[in-house]
Amino acid sequence: MTELTDRLSQRARDTPPSGIRRFFELAEEMDDIVSLGVGEPDFSAPWAARAAAIDSLERGRTSYTSNRGRRDLRERIASHVTRYDLSYDPDEEILVTTGASEAVDLAMRALVDPGDAVAVPQPSYISYGPTVSFSGGDVLPVETHAENDFVLTYDDLERAGAADAEALVLCYPNNPTGAVMTRGELAEVAEFAREHDLFVLSDEIYAALRYEDEHVSIATLPGMRERTVVFNGFSKAYAMTGLRLGYALGPAEVIDAMNRIHQYTMLSSPTTAQFAALEALESCDGAVEEMRREFDRRRQFVISRFNEIGMDCFEAKGAFYVFPKCPPGWGDDEAFAEALIREKRVALVPGRVFGSGGEGHLRVSYASGMNDLKTALDRIESFVEG
Amino acid sequence: MEAKRELLDLLLSDARQSTEDIARQLGTDAATVENLIDELESEGAIRGYQAVVDWDRADEDHVRAEVELNVELDRETGYEEIARRIAKFPEVSSLRLISGSYDFAVDVEGESMHDVSKFVSEQIAPIPEVTQTVTHFVMTTYKERGVYFGDGDDDDRLAVSP
Repeated sequence: MTELTDRLSQRARDTPPSGIRRFFELAEEMDDIVSLGVGEPDFSAPWAARAAAIDSLERGRTSYTSNRGRRDLRERIASHVTRYDLSYDPDEEILVTTGASEAVDLAMRALVDPGDAVAVPQPSYISYGPTVSFSGGDVLPVETHAENDFVLTYDDLERAGAADAEALVLCYPNNPTGAVMTRGELAEVAEFAREHDLFVLSDEIYAALRYEDEHVSIATLPGMRERTVVFNGFSKAYAMTGLRLGYALGPAEVIDAMNRIHQYTMLSSPTTAQFAALEALESCDGAVEEMRREFDRRRQFVISRFNEIGMDCFEAKGAFYVFPKCPPGWGDDEAFAEALIREKRVALVPGRVFGSGGEGHLRVSYASGMNDLKTALDRIESFVEG
Repeated sequence: MEAKRELLDLLLSDARQSTEDIARQLGTDAATVENLIDELESEGAIRGYQAVVDWDRADEDHVRAEVELNVELDRETGYEEIARRIAKFPEVSSLRLISGSYDFAVDVEGESMHDVSKFVSEQIAPIPEVTQTVTHFVMTTYKERGVYFGDGDDDDRLAVSP
């Protein structure tokens, strides 16, 4: 009989294990870990959203929904995104997905042909590259730079040869850096995309978590709506990660193509989560604002502590991450992160896990209570001063 | 106003945190925070700082009662006057004039039910304007000043996630 590993597809064999896995395992085997390595809010979903989910179950709403998601939810999403000046038709231009992750995967499959190059700015969330590969495309890494606070620039795109790519992934506010992009900065990227006819996949899952200014979607820039699909969802803003619900907004042809794949692979997104999401959009703005304010305090605390400790930390203005440099004498982020967890029981994620440009940096999540943040920063300080 | 409100929120969540930590969270410096606290204190907006004690775990004898008081006012005596008299007792930990079927809600604390009853019957009830007292002994405290006394929810998130 054929060896089982030989039976695995080339695709599966070519898929590397996630770089955070090692740190996850290290953290799991230790007690007394304070973790700054968590990529989800420490809050629970707002009670009203949870109650709506429970209520839907009590009423026996456990069947499939329409492939695109409940119509009332799509309508509510359409009116919700007008706060970002985005306008989409709930019937043809919105698809409710199982997490924004599914939306990313569907968009890749709907837009990328084997051999197509997809420009993926780095450092960035770890799933973009693999989803490009699953679609048969080739990842074209576009390095962003610490000296630009990890904003993607026209020059970055040009230097990386993105002119030849078919599509460009954009993720601002950014995981792992916490960087955001202003309208002016996005205009450069939009110009490049128009000049070189790139389709843009804009992951805006952290749009609600901006601390100094309002989120701007690249789809609102001139000539961009027709070449952009926007991803958003309920995980980060509404602390609903485990409910797995997101959505995609885009031109009807693209959403239709994504839905054609979605209807065979997912059928419809979790019904219970759709009820929770409907209520979240209906009544949970206040809860989101409260969480945002709490995150903002932590953000300012963490940034000033890192700078005091002597770990250079630029002022990240979005998501719930900061991306400090390793302290002087520690060039290797992975070695630093490993020594820190072993000696001081503080878990964080080395920047290189998120691609080139991340080396020498650390992703620090402040989705933890103030007491944990204080303890962690004190431990890091004593480690650095060692 | 905004800065003061933010500061109050932080002190309400943890009044023991250092001025430096507060300053870091508000994106300002320790001197500014000190000044704001001084202002809040001198305006009387901040009246004090106390621990939230779970007496069941403190291994101390401690009893608390919520006492409803009805009073009768006359030309010379108003609520203020009566309140001043009741507030001076150290056994009274809080005193509020409220709307509804009685006038004052009084929290009385002591070492035993006997102490508390004795205090109410010997010190409060005899006040001439007091027409009725109803004493409710607290049996279990689940939450006090925003602090839940249960064991808290475990953080069941994965320790490291993308």
